[in-house]
Amino acid sequence: MSTETQEVAKKSEPLFSKKNRRLMTDPLNENNPITVQVLGICSALAITVKLEPAIVMSLSVFFVLGAGNVIISLMRNLIPNRIRIIVQLVVVASLVILVDQTLKAFLYDVSKQLSVFVGLIITNCIIMGRFEAFALGNTPWKSFLDAVGNAAGYGAILIMVAFVRELFGSGALFGVDVLSWTGIYEIGYVNNGMMLLPPMALIIVAIIIWIQRSRTKSLIEE
Amino acid sequence: MDKNSNTYTYIFALIMVTVVAALLSGASIALKDRQEMNVEQEKQQSILKSIGVNLDRAQSAEQFSNYITEQLVIQNGSAIESETSAFDIKMDEAIDLSVEERQVPLYVATKNDTTFYVIPLRGKGLWGPIWGYISLLDDGNTVYGTTFDHKSETPGLGAEIVGDQFQNQFFGKEIMNNGEFVSVSVVKTGASNEHEVDGISGGTITSVGVDKMLDDCLRPYVGYFNNRATALNAE
Repeated sequence: MSTETQEVAKKSEPLFSKKNRRLMTDPLNENNPITVQVLGICSALAITVKLEPAIVMSLSVFFVLGAGNVIISLMRNLIPNRIRIIVQLVVVASLVILVDQTLKAFLYDVSKQLSVFVGLIITNCIIMGRFEAFALGNTPWKSFLDAVGNAAGYGAILIMVAFVRELFGSGALFGVDVLSWTGIYEIGYVNNGMMLLPPMALIIVAIIIWIQRSRTKSLIEE
Repeated sequence: MDKNSNTYTYIFALIMVTVVAALLSGASIALKDRQEMNVEQEKQQSILKSIGVNLDRAQSAEQFSNYITEQLVIQNGSAIESETSAFDIKMDEAIDLSVEERQVPLYVATKNDTTFYVIPLRGKGLWGPIWGYISLLDDGNTVYGTTFDHKSETPGLGAEIVGDQFQNQFFGKEIMNNGEFVSVSVVKTGASNEHEVDGISGGTITSVGVDKMLDDCLRPYVGYFNNRATALNAE
């Protein structure tokens, strides 16, 4: 796990300099929060049974991580070192409560779907991990890019896992029975109930890690 | 000021807590009305859905009084005057009391000149509460429709109780057998008569929960329907 604080660039540089772009693209592959840093696994198990909640969860994490990273980064010179984890926790908890309350008031159906999982964003290790490892030592803009990259890397894996689990577990995508159109059930195909249970999410994540490692040279250990 | 000093740390914590508390309580107060409205509208929507009226939330709130003609509070077989209105009765508290002590709501609905009785249900699933509404025809016996909902049943397994495939089975089932209350049982396989429906494979505990919920929540109304039938016969 890479938790050491990354270097702050001193000189002023263009908004999307090569270095800044890497902040966004790295977490998609070589530094993916789920498959490489193995953070945020808990939510990857819980909400990947169906595609829709997985996507809404990714968007919520994107919002919380984006806003949180910027807030922490703005306060980084003020936060007393000894209580920095508590400060981070307060920031993420308040943001999550705000998201939850807003969803309940304006997007009631979505909030019903997500139910307890919105609250669980607080426990998502990616968020605290990025606050601690990145936002505390970098400027708001860089922190925002880092948040975008990590949320996208997290969301990509979540959606991949949810796609496999919903398709083979319920024979559906976004709740639409796609497999029944192919007529595959008539020749004796049966949905795999195992796919709906949490362990299969781990196995699918493991398969993704396997494929990723075999394709990305820099990840292959000696 | 020294950032590592105790004083600075305390001041920082104090300011942070105050700001966050103000922000969160502000948001909570500002959004409370809308949130409560959503919950109420959803309840109205579920009640209407159990008599086969499918509307979205906002429409349900508008149309609710057109369909629901009477809201009664039932205790021990008769309609009573109660301090809380029928709509505001909390079912999760009501089911903790014995069948005789319970004050439960009964919604009388009219659709196309036919009268229906809508009964709220509340019980336990595998992971959390399950609830719903069941509508009976005027005879107080034949099931017309159901709405089930749940907090956290397993998606694809127990959560299937909200699906049409499960709920459509209830249409035409009967809760009484020769004047005896038998409820509608959720059985493992092969529902064979008008008092049984098929459970969900892989969702056994949720299915059993629905079974218990139906038995428990319908029971307080049996006396009321019997008394009503006797009164009608006497006329």
